[in-house]
Amino acid sequence: MKRDAKLVILLLVLAAVIIVVPLFALKGAEFGGSDDAGSVKVEELQGEYEPWFTPVFETALNGEIPGEVESLLFCVQTGIGVGIIAFLMGRFVERKKHEKSDTSC
Amino acid sequence: MTNKEKRIWKVSIILAAVLAVGQNASAMHIMEGYLSPIFCVAWGAVCIPFLVKGFMGVKKVFTENPKAITLLSMAGAYIFVISALKIPSVTGSCSHMTGTGLGAILFGPCTTSILGIIVLVFQAILLAHGGLTTLGANTFSMAIAGPLVSFGIYKIFKKCNLNKRVGVFLAAAAGDLFTYCVTSLQLAIAYPSQNGGVGASVLEFLGVFAPTQIPLSIVEGLLTVMIVVALENYAGQELKAVGFEKAD
Repeated sequence: MKRDAKLVILLLVLAAVIIVVPLFALKGAEFGGSDDAGSVKVEELQGEYEPWFTPVFETALNGEIPGEVESLLFCVQTGIGVGIIAFLMGRFVERKKHEKSDTSC
Repeated sequence: MTNKEKRIWKVSIILAAVLAVGQNASAMHIMEGYLSPIFCVAWGAVCIPFLVKGFMGVKKVFTENPKAITLLSMAGAYIFVISALKIPSVTGSCSHMTGTGLGAILFGPCTTSILGIIVLVFQAILLAHGGLTTLGANTFSMAIAGPLVSFGIYKIFKKCNLNKRVGVFLAAAAGDLFTYCVTSLQLAIAYPSQNGGVGASVLEFLGVFAPTQIPLSIVEGLLTVMIVVALENYAGQELKAVGFEKAD
């Protein structure tokens, strides 16, 4: 149990390092999405390319989703996920506590 | 599977074969409108059998194995979180992970495809990320091909009695990376290079996606091990219910 706690911390630190290092190693890089890099490549291979279908939300808005709103929506997605995980994990942890106190008395 | 379910499963395979074959086959998420309608239909068709089987898998969890419902929703939530995080990488561009490894390890690739397509629909409609026309292709790469690889690696480790956590790490990381390889292949078939054809095109697209994705797939592996360790400590009975840990 204690060893596992150490392992989890180590894994988190490692993950954080892998994510943060490029930011400092490549100062001034754009860090655009690789999806966009994909569309650039398509144009390189095919010449001018006009997507034949635009996202439904953008059609409804008659333009692109504003950047801030897009990050809001991504946050909503993360929030939904984290909420569910945290709720269930909390239940598991409490359950284990109860099981322990049940067996001890 | 009951007889009726078997029949539906068979019909779905035939449907896939009919729709996908005979069409001259052409990124993380392929952008909306970037695949011609033929490919949209073809990739969608390939997904049908997996989704049908996956749907049955989800149903089975709810009817026969209610203890595993919490783990199923956790695997789905994990995909939600992980695939919303855009992470900077060594190439100077950002990409995001898939998060499908956990589901594949716990429930198998077919059931995971249902969890994956929920996330893809969410992103396609609300975030203009990926797309409805490319949903089939994206579902195949992220929710089917990736999990298949994860599941395979995890099974090999289990069979050979190798370290489970190392297996989880490799399964999640390889599944993530493979998703992008399939995406490259899908784009290459749609956009063969004028001098060199599909092969040259695959390399071009891999060149865009793979270097960005390698560090991210390592991060995904680490995070997946982390959540599995947490589950091992606190959700032992659920893991037994899905066969991840041996029943007493």
